[in-house]
Amino acid sequence: MDFGPHLMLASIEGAVISAILVLTAMGLSIVFGVMRVVNVAHGEFFMLGAVFAWAVTTTVSGHPALGFVAALVIAPVLVGCIAAGVDRVILKRIGYDVDRTIVATIGILYIVQQSTLMLYGPEARPVVPPFNARLALPWFEFGDNGFQMFWPWGLSVTTYKLFVIVAAIAVLGALWLVLTRTKIGLIMRATQQDRDMAQAFGVPVARVYSWVFGLGAGLAALGATLVVPIQQAHYLMGGDPLLLAFIVVIIGGLGSLPGTVIAAVLIGMSDGIISVFFSPTLAKIIATFLVAMVLVFRPQGLMGRAAA
Amino acid sequence: MMTSAKPNALHLGILVVLAALFFVLPAYHVGAFSRIMVLAIYAIGFNLLFGYTGLLSLGHAMFFAAGMYGFGLSTNLGGLPVVPAFAIGVIAAGLLAFAAGYLALRTVGVAFMIVTLMFAQTFYLVILYFGEYTRGDEGFIVQQAQRSLFGVDLTSETARYFTAFVLFAICFLVMARLVQSPFGKRLVAIRENEERARMLGYDVGRLKLMALVVSGLISGVAGAAYALLFGYVGASFAAVHYSIFPLLWVLLGGAGTTIGPLIGVIFMFYLIDVSSGFTNAYMLVAGLALVLLTLFAPQGLAGTLRKRALRWLP
Amino acid sequence: MAAVSILETKGLTKIYGGVHANTDVDFTLQRNKITALIGPNGAGKSTFVGMVSGRTSPTRGHVYFEGQDISSLPAHKRMQLGMAYTFQITSIFPGLSVEDNIALAAGRKLAHDKPAHAAKTETVLNRIGLSARKDQYASDLSYGHQRILEIAMGLAQDPTLFILDEPTQGLAESEVDAFVTLMRGLAQETTILLIEHNMRVVAKTADHVAVLEQGRLLAAGTFAEVQANSAVQAAYLGVPAHV
Repeated sequence: MDFGPHLMLASIEGAVISAILVLTAMGLSIVFGVMRVVNVAHGEFFMLGAVFAWAVTTTVSGHPALGFVAALVIAPVLVGCIAAGVDRVILKRIGYDVDRTIVATIGILYIVQQSTLMLYGPEARPVVPPFNARLALPWFEFGDNGFQMFWPWGLSVTTYKLFVIVAAIAVLGALWLVLTRTKIGLIMRATQQDRDMAQAFGVPVARVYSWVFGLGAGLAALGATLVVPIQQAHYLMGGDPLLLAFIVVIIGGLGSLPGTVIAAVLIGMSDGIISVFFSPTLAKIIATFLVAMVLVFRPQGLMGRAAA
Repeated sequence: MMTSAKPNALHLGILVVLAALFFVLPAYHVGAFSRIMVLAIYAIGFNLLFGYTGLLSLGHAMFFAAGMYGFGLSTNLGGLPVVPAFAIGVIAAGLLAFAAGYLALRTVGVAFMIVTLMFAQTFYLVILYFGEYTRGDEGFIVQQAQRSLFGVDLTSETARYFTAFVLFAICFLVMARLVQSPFGKRLVAIRENEERARMLGYDVGRLKLMALVVSGLISGVAGAAYALLFGYVGASFAAVHYSIFPLLWVLLGGAGTTIGPLIGVIFMFYLIDVSSGFTNAYMLVAGLALVLLTLFAPQGLAGTLRKRALRWLP
Repeated sequence: MAAVSILETKGLTKIYGGVHANTDVDFTLQRNKITALIGPNGAGKSTFVGMVSGRTSPTRGHVYFEGQDISSLPAHKRMQLGMAYTFQITSIFPGLSVEDNIALAAGRKLAHDKPAHAAKTETVLNRIGLSARKDQYASDLSYGHQRILEIAMGLAQDPTLFILDEPTQGLAESEVDAFVTLMRGLAQETTILLIEHNMRVVAKTADHVAVLEQGRLLAAGTFAEVQANSAVQAAYLGVPAHV
């Protein structure tokens, strides 16, 4: 395949990665924005979403679409509830103290991951996508007859991947609406701005925190449910999404939602493109080192507020 | 001001017990303790930065791995004998700690944790990327023939145990001395109230960097020792969970105590040893331990002992 | 021969965004005198002292200490030159004992000389009256005792310039009296710069008073002079000055 089509293919892969990444990173960003908590176990909630999605789709018989729709609803809600429980039982009790929260969430990471290993096993299991038609994509070139379209062999995308991209945009839109137009969103933003003031105004901060933590985990689980027909459900699949989500949130600016979206697109696209053209490892090296440098030299990221 | 009589007696007592254990324990446990002592060195290094200075690094595996690969590559690829190869491993770890620290210490709190984590991840990925030389995740063996010192084969159980013991004893005593010295006290001051320490005239930035370099050096000693005594070098020792282990050991044993690291390693080693007999999800135990510790006993075993009963515990 | 003024600022200014916290403050501090810096809330006293001590970097202007331009020195270097600083909100080492707190303060100069170090720590403990509590954790002390501990830590450094930011805030009457006595006892050994709201304390301790208002130096002189100054009265009472 020539460079042009190859780049297009890589870009599509990047777009899919970005779509999932934006959901996952958004979950992490909301939790940090409102609760000032870094959830190291976030990747494991992602993995749980995938595993639950697998469980639901294999239980629901009939057309794969039925099981998939069920999974889309059940998996994120279930993971969100588990996360809310974790917040109640553990995080609240340590008062969201920064150091202890990091340690606790590291512990939760291992608990979730290893329990999954015990109950689900070490195998990677596939999930059938609800639809997966192959769409050949055109490429252009200037030939003897002027501007021509042709269909290079190997340049194609599946309808499911397109669906993932659209779905992510839709969820993002819904999330933005909730955050900016509803009372719940207002409460969340108020708690993020000034927790004590919100409490003085009668906002049940403890409950908001549980909801927010659940929402963050649920978003990651939703991303995982969308991606699991493309990848597979495996107990170790939480590591990469965690790392990428971290990178996105830091570069985009902790607590800035538009920043998260921009960074997710940037990072997802570059990860996809570098992975296709060079190697996945090199892509990760660059991303990892870059995010460290951003934190060192420009801690507010792209669009976050600079610390006083 | 207390005299250092009690702490000295305690430290020497522990070393005597450790030496004596060799003659008392069955063969399996002798091997276990060789490993425990080497890992305890790593925990001691981490403890200086986390327990005494109050800086939580999530990237210490890179220092351990630098020592390990420094030694392993010098021996295997460079053909160097034990002592120079060991020195290279330790120096590599120290240099890495200086470079990483110079950058990372410009951040504080959560940012510092993430930066150290990211640096360590980068190091791990670089090891994988140059798999041609490092053999990546698979790792490589350091031949027995190369692991002898002055004609003594260091792979025998006895030599292994006592080499580990000597290295541990040196690091243990050096650290004990260090934390009771003015330098150590200043690190504690930084942990307790960094701004106050600064306004007492202490160069906080320089002190933190020094702590990180010493911490990295000692972690490198552990890594090089591990490669030397157990003959294996692999990328998994540079991965994230090898940065989490020392945190777990130190929290369990007691952060900011001299004996905490050793206690934590012993406990965790046997806890995982026993549970891996039941399930291959033995890290579940580690996860539970972390959550329970941070919920109910953030000072760990020795720390609680110090707070409740023995206030002189260093 | 030591100059009369130990500290001088020239044109010291701090602007945060649009807010002028301090504007062109030319200030002179006389050696071995107690100087009180007063002014209404928001006058810029803490900002000014922050720039003198090195905690805040000025937008423009210079600070001279013992004739030396220290404007670009970081805070810890200024402390090493002989300054000591107590915070408006008490800042000590909570998890350490009272004795260890003072030892750390004295330790910067004396840590290498164990007998001198121990002697100094003991002297300060006795002077400040905390000997009996030396093994107590600093976090277990009462508020008043914590503030006194912080002052003790300043003393332990043998400073030539001792800066105290609202030291009597929250202290009981008897503790305030003890503080006044302590300050008067120190006057010959060191230069003291106090930020104070308590006018009784100012009246009883200050040899010299400077008034800041809206970031500018409004007036300076003895307490009586400053008290009689109509511009100062206006600043405090909000009444426009009639010249």
